[in-house]
Amino acid sequence: MSLDAPHIGFVLASYGAALAIILGLILWVLLDGRARRAEIRALEAAGIRRRSDRPVDDARAAGPAP
Amino acid sequence: MSDTSLTIRRFADLANPTRFLALSARLLPWICWLTAALFGLGLFYALTSAGDYQQGETVRIMYVHVPSAWLAMMTYMVMTLSALGTLVWRHPLADVSARAAMPIGAAFTALALVTGSLWGKPMWGAWWVWDARLTSFFILFLMYLGLIALNRALEDPTRAARLSAILILLGFINIPIIKFSVDWWNTLHQPASVLRMGGSAIDGEFLRPLLLMAGAFTCLFLALHLGAMRNEILRRRVAALRRQAARGALTAGGPA
Amino acid sequence: MRRLLLRDLALAFRAGGGGLTGLLFFLAVVAIVPFGIGPDVKLLARIGPAILWIGALLAALLGLDRLFQAEREDGTLDLLMMQETPLSLIVLVKCMAHWVSSGLILALSVPVFGLLLNLGPLAIGATMLTLFVGTPALTLIGAGAAAVTVALPRGGLLVSVLVLPLAIPVLIFGVSATQAAIEAPAAFLTPFLILIALNLLFAVLGPLAAATALRSLED
Repeated sequence: MSLDAPHIGFVLASYGAALAIILGLILWVLLDGRARRAEIRALEAAGIRRRSDRPVDDARAAGPAP
Repeated sequence: MSDTSLTIRRFADLANPTRFLALSARLLPWICWLTAALFGLGLFYALTSAGDYQQGETVRIMYVHVPSAWLAMMTYMVMTLSALGTLVWRHPLADVSARAAMPIGAAFTALALVTGSLWGKPMWGAWWVWDARLTSFFILFLMYLGLIALNRALEDPTRAARLSAILILLGFINIPIIKFSVDWWNTLHQPASVLRMGGSAIDGEFLRPLLLMAGAFTCLFLALHLGAMRNEILRRRVAALRRQAARGALTAGGPA
Repeated sequence: MRRLLLRDLALAFRAGGGGLTGLLFFLAVVAIVPFGIGPDVKLLARIGPAILWIGALLAALLGLDRLFQAEREDGTLDLLMMQETPLSLIVLVKCMAHWVSSGLILALSVPVFGLLLNLGPLAIGATMLTLFVGTPALTLIGAGAAAVTVALPRGGLLVSVLVLPLAIPVLIFGVSATQAAIEAPAAFLTPFLILIALNLLFAVLGPLAAATALRSLED
């Protein structure tokens, strides 16, 4: 790939757009998941947990069923 | 036990959100690694393969544009299947899947439109033409946005799931229109050349990075979709816990 | 069934009903376009059918959000759902009533509006015919969307957002059939037949979807 070809700006722009959108999606999923997990942790700290959950919970997932 | 009933039971097992969370947690790292590897390989070929003698370097836009367009349609198909799952089998994870797929599909559609526009400017001399493929793809984008708007407007998740499932199925008629628009209407956009009768019309030099990138995008979709589904399940869990807490506070006369 | 049709029609045309408002809205759209693009008579004649089609689309959207909402508020909808006749058939009848009070009136009023836009007799006839065939599809699509959003406080806006993408094919083929009829070499029958096919397709899909959506509101 040569950088002085005609229209190279369009190629770079489209790869940039793809990168931006994909990174945006990945960030959205990660941050959303982090926020939800924090909420669950906060609720659990307040003593509210699912009836089916064991008291000690795996910090990563919401916890396996008994 | 026969093989089919075993798979049916497996499928039914998946209906348990907790089990789905455990399974997807194990599966997700593998898919992420596979996505990264495919992207690395695909990008290597996409950037080093020879340029087209007619289009020059701009042919490289194809390696982003075509996979994202495929994925935009595949996401809608996944949503359609999920909508059927919601309406017909009332599978509890189907609406989670449909809802999680919506933003991803909208993003891929937007990417396909943007890269297509960036490809169209040097090739056709215009950022946007109202030809059949572009217009129908634009409609797909509007459908995604409408579905997201509907889901944001509805509070109750089960009702939102039912209603958006109906809408998804109504909108599905757009998919064959997109697919065949280039064959039905002889327009500017080139006809399908990879999957067609009598073999691909694309040389291996271009086909290799294209297929690798398509695989990478598919894996990326799988990873994102699984992640978004997990988030959606957790979101509902939080909502349920909050309700439970509110009920507890009501009966106990105050927070413990 | 006939009672329901007559009742809906009476409601539409009574004071405060949507039927005449739609016509006024149509008039407003048609009158506003020359202000936007300037009073170029030739240009108006060329894009006239398209303007009429867009006006019809917007006018049809106007009354759609009330298609089920009023009935839901005063409880008639529950009665209708308890009937022995299938709900999708009831929806179809309601769509017919809505169409008569919007699409049919618009199609019939095209000669008047066509003169405003400097259309020739052939163009007026073609626009009337395509509107006559195409507007039921708009109403039927809209019925599905209206049923989906019936429970929402501000459903009206959302109906438009949801209907427009589905209505675009109807608009495309409606306008292209009209243009084909005016400009001699293009084939008129192909887009016209597709328009009819779309109509029939949505006559099946729209009421079914609307009935499913209304039912799902219950439980």
